[in-house]
Amino acid sequence: MNAFGFKLIEPRSIDFDQFDGRLLNEILEKEPSFKICLSCGGCTATCNAGTLIDFNIRKMNLLLRRGEITGLAREIDKCMLCGKCMLVCPRGINIRNVIMLLKKGLVQYRNENI
Amino acid sequence: MSKPKKVITIGGGVAGTEVSSLLAELGYDVTLIEKNSQTGGKLNGWSHLFPTGRPAAQVAEFLQHKVQRNSFKTICQTDVSQVVFGNGSFLVKTSGDERLPADAVVISTGFDIFDATRKEEYGYSVYENVITSVDLENRLKAGAPITTAAGNKPCRIAFIHCVGSRDEKCGNHHCSKVCCVTGVKQATELAKQLPQAEIFCFYMDLRMFGLPYESMYREAQEKYNIQFIRGRLSEAAENADGTLQIKAEDTLSGRPLKMQVDLVVLLVGMVPGKNTAHMADLFELQREPNGFLQTEDPHLFKNRSSRKGVFLAGTCTGPMTVDETLDHARSAALDIHHYLQNK
Repeated sequence: MNAFGFKLIEPRSIDFDQFDGRLLNEILEKEPSFKICLSCGGCTATCNAGTLIDFNIRKMNLLLRRGEITGLAREIDKCMLCGKCMLVCPRGINIRNVIMLLKKGLVQYRNENI
Repeated sequence: MSKPKKVITIGGGVAGTEVSSLLAELGYDVTLIEKNSQTGGKLNGWSHLFPTGRPAAQVAEFLQHKVQRNSFKTICQTDVSQVVFGNGSFLVKTSGDERLPADAVVISTGFDIFDATRKEEYGYSVYENVITSVDLENRLKAGAPITTAAGNKPCRIAFIHCVGSRDEKCGNHHCSKVCCVTGVKQATELAKQLPQAEIFCFYMDLRMFGLPYESMYREAQEKYNIQFIRGRLSEAAENADGTLQIKAEDTLSGRPLKMQVDLVVLLVGMVPGKNTAHMADLFELQREPNGFLQTEDPHLFKNRSSRKGVFLAGTCTGPMTVDETLDHARSAALDIHHYLQNK
């Protein structure tokens, strides 16, 4: 094994030119209420999972919109679908449906990319 | 000279008294109908006004002085019960069985304060240490020291922005505009009164739209050490000792946050007044989807309603500051003057 040399470091910046919006667009089409999130964080504050483990449901929206899909599948598995987030959402977003669509979409996305 | 034309103003708050004074000054025969026992509206309950910190009573006095100087007819404790449309004129019937003819009508019925009990998760009127910005303003006006329900000095106070505004669950899509700066003003006043207290503002966006407002925000941070946390309160719960446990997400650090506070102040928004809705029905006026009265043109004719001869002044058309309400009332007076001159 080569113990020295150069290592390519991936740039940290969000590369909008490489943005793959397929998954996002599909979710927005099937659950249009997801468009109107204002990132208030009410969902995350009330989330049962989020108080105990590193899980931020508000950030999912951001990650999707920035095309940061890697790791999203593992992330949404932390959701217990209790729906408390929907009770506090000031814009009435159907968050549970977003999670379900995301779960389905990620499977499809993976299959298409193989 | 012909008899002066008649104008009826409905609602005697900031807008209603100002527009009536101006029209009386221009020589019109003005009658002001007010539902409460005195004119002045909600301004009578405010302590100090942003951004100057001037006592609200000074502005109220100025308006009252103008009312007295122009001596027009004011009918208090009276509602409008019916309206008959004539050919370019109106006949307004009051709850006092008066029949008042008018060549033009001004609606200045204002706004209502959002009923904070509707946000059950915040515990207003359930937990005694949860108050609204209006309660706080009334207490400041009364000059009483701000204490918890048990009479102690609060050590930690949380202001909650956007209560009943930008909230579809309450049916209010709109931003009430004045609460952000009211929060900064009140937080600063409390910091002056309670220099030992820690004060936090929980906001979604801080909308410091007026020219001096941004400086107030800056001063609140710099001089009074008020802390701003970007996150919407999701719930409040009472501890056994009467303190409150509040939960929000600190969205900028991306983590849920909980905090024990002694006093929670809910910055309640502006909703269309019940009387405004009633006037819309009586005069058959168009309303915006948010319930405020629709103006003929949002750029050019902001004082005209959807019905000829019925003019609008003040917060019946949407949230406004006291200063903006005065401007709106003054432009209404001019518009009505033009209308009656050319009639």
